[in-house]
Amino acid sequence: MLGLNSLGAGIAIVVVCLMLGYIIAHGLSFINLDFITGSAVPAGQAGGGMHNEIIGTLILVGLGSIIAMPIGLMTGIFLSEFGTPFTVSVVRFATDILAGVPSIVVGVFAYAIIVKPMHTYSAFSAGAALAIIMIPVVARTTEESMRLVPGAMREAALALGITRWRAVISVVVPGALAGIVTGIMLGVARISGETAPLLFTALGNSFGYSGLGNPIGALPLQIYRYALSPYKNWQQQAWAGAFVLVVIVLIVSIAVRWLSRKRRV
Amino acid sequence: MDTIKQTETTRPSSFTGIKGYILKAENLRAFYGAFLAVKDVNLEIKPKSITAIIGPSGCGKSTLIRCFNRMHEVAHGARITGKVLLDGEDIYAPGIDPVSIRTRIGMVFQKPNPFPTMSVLENVVAGRRLTSVLSKRIEMEEIAEKFLKQAALWDEVKDKLKQSGTSLSGGQQQRLCIARALAVEPEVILMDEPCSALDPIATLKIEDLMRGLAKDYTIVIVTHNMQQAGRVSDMTAFMMMGDDRAGGLIEYGRTDQIFTNPKDKRTEDYITGRFG
Amino acid sequence: MPRQDFEHHLQTLQEELLALGSLVEEAISRSTDALVNRNLNLARQVIAGDLAINQKRYDIEELCVELIATQQPMARDLRVIVAVLNMIVDLERIGDHAEGNAKIAIMIGDEPPLKPYIDVPRMAEKTKEMLRAALDAFVKRDAAAAKRVIEQDDIIDNLYDQVFRELLTYMAADPQTINRATRLIWVAHNLERSADRVTNICERTIFVITGKVEEEGVSKY
Repeated sequence: MLGLNSLGAGIAIVVVCLMLGYIIAHGLSFINLDFITGSAVPAGQAGGGMHNEIIGTLILVGLGSIIAMPIGLMTGIFLSEFGTPFTVSVVRFATDILAGVPSIVVGVFAYAIIVKPMHTYSAFSAGAALAIIMIPVVARTTEESMRLVPGAMREAALALGITRWRAVISVVVPGALAGIVTGIMLGVARISGETAPLLFTALGNSFGYSGLGNPIGALPLQIYRYALSPYKNWQQQAWAGAFVLVVIVLIVSIAVRWLSRKRRV
Repeated sequence: MDTIKQTETTRPSSFTGIKGYILKAENLRAFYGAFLAVKDVNLEIKPKSITAIIGPSGCGKSTLIRCFNRMHEVAHGARITGKVLLDGEDIYAPGIDPVSIRTRIGMVFQKPNPFPTMSVLENVVAGRRLTSVLSKRIEMEEIAEKFLKQAALWDEVKDKLKQSGTSLSGGQQQRLCIARALAVEPEVILMDEPCSALDPIATLKIEDLMRGLAKDYTIVIVTHNMQQAGRVSDMTAFMMMGDDRAGGLIEYGRTDQIFTNPKDKRTEDYITGRFG
Repeated sequence: MPRQDFEHHLQTLQEELLALGSLVEEAISRSTDALVNRNLNLARQVIAGDLAINQKRYDIEELCVELIATQQPMARDLRVIVAVLNMIVDLERIGDHAEGNAKIAIMIGDEPPLKPYIDVPRMAEKTKEMLRAALDAFVKRDAAAAKRVIEQDDIIDNLYDQVFRELLTYMAADPQTINRATRLIWVAHNLERSADRVTNICERTIFVITGKVEEEGVSKY
């Protein structure tokens, strides 16, 4: 039994190492200052970078988080504190389904209800699509973290004559904060790498950020385009982009681990 | 003169005739959904005294006191019939906000539960701060000192005010919870087995504290420990579960009388440990 | 039934109390016997035997204190132990009175009796009866029986009156008899005091049952 388990674990580690190694090997060599700071250049031309796309990813992730955090938090708090058994099961079911929707479907949906009426691809629609993907993650982890706070805290607060709402916000949420923050960062890590929804919403923009109502470039999108192109320069940049993206996600994931280790409530 | 009516052994003896009560239960019944947990309690609590509620496990003692500060109804499907009068007004009258009642009747729980994300100082003032406006830091520190002194904890924590509430020992944590409850300035303090999670020395410290507090506050304490009830209380109420699984008040009277010469045989059996 | 250990201790306590009562009863018997039959050896035995009575009294007291410290007795249990604590004092004093009579027997020694002993033995017998009945009432927790014993104290008082008047007339008639007569009055007095102590024991029995200590009947003396 031990041998079988060790084998499985070994395979998993080998896969991760292979993947990271490949990306590092192929991407690192093409990383240079120009890549980080330079904009895209036409195919075939030497040099150029993904500066705009890196900024774009950061903007979209930020936008998605700003939209998803309040909704996810409030859903999680509702599920943990204020729902009746019936409403809780309904909302949780809905959240679970939303979590399972393929991201490309989310993209198509965002296209239909935002891009089409607005008659333009936009950063806003991309942010909204990413938010839809992030909401279930935040809601679930918020709910779980809140439920981990012992009931004794709530009782103590209520017994002091504190209203339900105040008790939740001032006593329970702070107690669950570590878990909530972890959940948010997990959501951020998740949406940083989502590509499919961006296909239908962000479109891409070689001129960088030009307002929320206009198309915007993002790393995953650019990697997709460049990787499929026949131009060697672009393919190399795709590797570099993949490397940067992995680094971003790695940084966030490690930060999550580090933060949750530090807190001991 | 106190007159204690002795009725037949099938009905509980009730205590009437004392003038001046602060808290009174009238025909109080407590339900969890359809299940009757506490039945027909008539009880008058004297002001500025300590009343102990004793009885075997499951007889409804905790349920009863939770009816006094409207914490009982927090559980899903829980409700009461009857009245609970605080200073003569029914706290269950329509239109009365339960939250306001809980600032007048405070509660200390079995397991000390200071807020872990708050410091000692923040814990003490938490009740005040979250129920009314308390903005200035100076105010907070003054209030904390005042009530930590009342809870006989000031000397032990005055250098630790910024530390987490949970960094204190068990007995200190419980006194912190008492200070926190006092800071809201209630009229009545309910204590649900406040010492069961504590060691004997911490227990005695809190008992001394209770006797001191009883000069200014009315205290109702639920306890499993009969010797504690004897040491600490002025009046004792004995509850027991009936055949219908509902808890009722069997006898209520002066502590010295209950423990030397109780009127009801069931009380006697429980107190002498002959509960077979 | 819970508290088996405690129940066992209470049972032991009661048995010891009865044993003490038995010793005291015997002392009354033998001291009176020694007096009436001028048996000086028996009198000395009674005097020596008082040590055993005192010792037993302290042993029982120790047991009571131990039970209070270790068993936290409440309500009826507490009243029983407090009652026993008080009863052993009374019993020990009765023992002292019997010892007193034995000493008087020795003091009178070989002197011829003033008159045949009639009332004194009667007092002794009645006192023994009362003592037995009092302890029985305690064991049975019978308040009515205890009250009946208390009422019988009147009989003892009347007998004492009789003895007193009779001896007075002897003393008035012949000053030579004053020595012996006075001693005999003292014997009767000891028995009368003993009977009073028995009524105290009965009051304690009633205390166990009702929780109140009341003077049930005021003795004439």
